[in-house]
Amino acid sequence: MSSKPLKQIHLAAHFPGVNNTTVWSDPDAGSHIDFDSFIHFAQTAERAKFDFLFLAEGLRLREQGGRIHDLDVVGRPDTFTVLTALAAVTERLGLTGTINSTFNEPYEVARQFATLDHLSEGRAAWNVVTSWDAFTGENFRRGGFLPREDRYSRAQEFLATAHELFDSWDGTAIAADAGSGTFLRDARAGTFAHRGRHFDIEGRFNVPRSPQGRPVIFQAGDSEEGREFAAAGADAIFGRYGTLEAGREFYADVKGRLAAHGRTHDRLKILPAATFVLGDTDAEARETAHEVRRLQVSGQTAIKYLEHVWNRDLSAYDPDGPLPAIDPEPGENTIALGRASVRQFRDPLATARRWRELAGAKNLSIRELVIATTAEQTFVGSAATIAGAINDLVQADAADGFILVPHITPGGLDGFADSVVPLLQERGVFRAEYEGSTLRDHLGLAAPAPAPAPAPR
Amino acid sequence: MSDSSTPPAPLHLAVSLDGAGRHPAAWREPGARPAELFTARYWAGLATEAETGLLDFITFEDGLALQSSLPEAFDERPDRVRGRLDAVLTAARVAPLTRHIGLVPAVTATHTEPFHISKAVATLDHVSRGRAGLRVQVSGLPHEARHFGRRTVPLADTELYAEAADHVEVIRRLWDSWEDDAEIRDVATGRFVDRDKLHHIDFEGRHFSVRGPSITPRPPQGQPVVSASGAGEASYALVARSTDVGYVAAHDGDRTRAAVAAIRRAREATGLTADPLHLFGELTVFLDEDAPAAGARLERLDALAGLPHGADAGVFTGSPGQLADLLLERREAGLSGFLLHPGVIAHDLPAITRSLVPELQRRGVFRREYEADTLRGLLGLHRPGSRYARRAA
Repeated sequence: MSSKPLKQIHLAAHFPGVNNTTVWSDPDAGSHIDFDSFIHFAQTAERAKFDFLFLAEGLRLREQGGRIHDLDVVGRPDTFTVLTALAAVTERLGLTGTINSTFNEPYEVARQFATLDHLSEGRAAWNVVTSWDAFTGENFRRGGFLPREDRYSRAQEFLATAHELFDSWDGTAIAADAGSGTFLRDARAGTFAHRGRHFDIEGRFNVPRSPQGRPVIFQAGDSEEGREFAAAGADAIFGRYGTLEAGREFYADVKGRLAAHGRTHDRLKILPAATFVLGDTDAEARETAHEVRRLQVSGQTAIKYLEHVWNRDLSAYDPDGPLPAIDPEPGENTIALGRASVRQFRDPLATARRWRELAGAKNLSIRELVIATTAEQTFVGSAATIAGAINDLVQADAADGFILVPHITPGGLDGFADSVVPLLQERGVFRAEYEGSTLRDHLGLAAPAPAPAPAPR
Repeated sequence: MSDSSTPPAPLHLAVSLDGAGRHPAAWREPGARPAELFTARYWAGLATEAETGLLDFITFEDGLALQSSLPEAFDERPDRVRGRLDAVLTAARVAPLTRHIGLVPAVTATHTEPFHISKAVATLDHVSRGRAGLRVQVSGLPHEARHFGRRTVPLADTELYAEAADHVEVIRRLWDSWEDDAEIRDVATGRFVDRDKLHHIDFEGRHFSVRGPSITPRPPQGQPVVSASGAGEASYALVARSTDVGYVAAHDGDRTRAAVAAIRRAREATGLTADPLHLFGELTVFLDEDAPAAGARLERLDALAGLPHGADAGVFTGSPGQLADLLLERREAGLSGFLLHPGVIAHDLPAITRSLVPELQRRGVFRREYEADTLRGLLGLHRPGSRYARRAA
C-alpha cells in the first residue's frame, strides 16, 4: 500500500460564456448578463468551498464570413467591474480574471488588480493573456500592429512591470498616525522606474500594497514558451488535459521545469478546465451528455466549425450530409475572426484529410463528425463516479485540480456543489471549510517575496 | 396662503467622496478612520450614509498619479493622504450594497481606452441595475503622462478636452452599439442575437479609431449619466456637447452665473438643447451648529495642514440652515443641483445627510423618498433609445 499522503484537490468554477459549450437554448438557462446570475453562480461556488471563480475575456465580438457570429452566447461584462462587484456578495471565494496585456497599460492594470485585491481582502488573481489578432486591435488606440513574437515579449515585460508597481509600496508604508500627523511613513512609497523594450515609464504608483501583495498569477498556454513562462513565475497554469496519460505528461513536464527557476514543486498549481454532466446514474448521465453534445453542436454550429478548417464559406453544405469534397483554402485564415480555436488547425489540409478518413470509416455526417472530434465532456456519471474520477486524476498527478465549466448559466454548478463536493469532503481530499481568507491561502501558495527597498534613483 | 400654485422645483444633491475629505487635514479628525481608507468597509459605509440622505448620487474621485500639493510634480509630504483605489471598481464594490443612489466614478480620458471605459461603466450599470454614471476628467500633468510613457509632450488644454470629447463620443456610441432587444434567443433558428441589431461604430478621430461594437450589451439606462467639471473656457465645450451633468464652482454668484451662461451658449451651439443639461454648483462644505463654530473648525484644520484651505473661493462654512439658504439663492444662477465636497467626510457627510437634507425637506425642495430606481430617473432624464435603431417606417 502506498504511504503517499492524499493530495488536496483544488476546484474552481468558470462562469460559462461566449462559446458553443453554453447551452443557452435549455429552458433552465438564465441570463449571462444580469448580475443576479453572477451572484447565484459565485455564491454556489463559495457554498461548495471552491478556490475561485474564473472569468474569461474577449475584446471584440467574434465574426465569421464578415458578419457577427450569432449562434452562441454573445456579449459579456467587463471583467474587473463584475469581479469587484462580486467581492461584495462573497467572502472567501477567489476572483480570477483574464486581462489582456496587448491592449492595456501596466500602470492602469496594476492599479485595477491592486484595487480588486484591497476591495476583496486578498482574493484577486490575474490570468495574463496576449491578443492574437489585429482584428481585436481595431477597438484600441494601439491598433493591431504587434507581431506575434512581440506580443509574448510585451506580455512578459508587462507582467514584470506590474510586479515592480505592486512592489513599489511595502506593507508598512502607511502610518496613518493622526496624532503625529504622519500619514506616509515612507515618503517615497510607490516610487518606480522601468526602462525596457516595451515600456519606458517612471513615477509614483498610487495604490498601497494590497493584502496579497500581488494578485495570484495564472498563465494559459501549452506552447514551449508558455510552459517556460509559467514555470518561471506563474502561481497556476491552466492545464490543457483532463485525461490521465496526457495530463500526467504535461504535469511532469511543467513541474519538472520549476527547479531550474529555483522554485519548489508546490509553487505552481496545474488546473485544467473540465466540463461535466451529472446524473442520478452513470447511464442517465451518459444519455444526458449525448443530448448536451447535440445541443452544443447544432447543424449550423457544425458548419461554422468546419469553416474554421476549410477557411471557406460552407453555408451551402448540408450538416447532415458528407464532408466537402473540396480542399481547405490555403494560407492565412480569414473567415473566422476573434476565435482562439482557429489556431488549433495549423495544417488544415492534414486535418481535412484526417476528418474525411474518420467520417468515411464511421459513416459520419458533418454534424456527427464535429460532435465526434470536438471535446467530449471531461466527467460524465453519477456523483460517485465523478468524485472518483476527479480524485483519481489528482492523486495520479495528472492535475492539482480542475476548473469546472458547466453548460448552463447560472445554475449549472448547483448539482455539483450539492452532490459531488460532499463525497470529496468525505474522502478527505477537499476542504470542508475555508482554512484561510486569501486566494493564496486556498491554493496553498506562499506570500510573494517582500517588496524590496525602493530603488535608488 | 401663497398665490403661487407651482411648488418649487426639487433640488438635486450629490456628494463627492475622496479619501477622508476635501481638507488636507481631514484624515486627522476624530472618526476619520485613516487606516481604513483602502478597505471596502470604509467605502460601503460612506455610500450607505449618502443613501440614507436620499442623495441623487455620489462621485468617487480619482486620478492616475499619486496626489500632490504641487501642480507639476510629486511632493513628498508625509502629512497628507496619499494613495487612491480605482474609482470605477470602488463604485462596483458598493453597488450591490446600495439600492437607489447613483454611482459616479471619476475617469481620466487622457490616458485610458474608451473601449475599456465604455464596457466598465456599462457593467457598473448592469451590476447596479441602472445607477451608473461617470465623471470625465482630463490630465495635462507631465508626471502623470510618464506613468504611461506614450506621450513625451503633454497635450495643450484645448487638445486635451477635444480628445476627451472624442473619448465620450466613442463611449456613448458603444453603449448604443447593441440595441436593447438585440438578444433574441430564437431557438427555432438557432440564433442567440439578431446581428442586425449589433452595430459597428466606426469612429475615426484625431487620437484614436474604434470599430466596435461593444462586447457588453446595452446598459440598463441605455446611456449611463456622463458628467464633467466646467472649469475654464477650454472645458465648456466638453460639458456642453458631451455631458448630462456639468459642475461649476458655486461660491461666487456672479462667476457662477457667468459660467452657467457660457455653458448654455455653448450648448445652444451644439444643437442639443432638446436634451436637458443639468448644471450643478460645486462647494466644499464645513457644517456646524453656527458659522463661528464651522469657521473655528476650518481654522483648526488649516493650522494642522499648515496652509489656509479657507482661502479657496469654493468653501462654505456655516450651519445647515445657512447652507440651505445659500443653495436656494445660488440656484437662481441657473443651477439645478449641487455637488458638495465634505470638508471632513466623517463630520460633514452626516451633517449633509442628517441636517441639511431634513432642512431642505422642510422647505419642500428635496425628496422624502427615492422616486426612481435609476440615476437617470432620479435626475428626471428620459431613457434614450439607441442611435442605431432603425426608426419605424
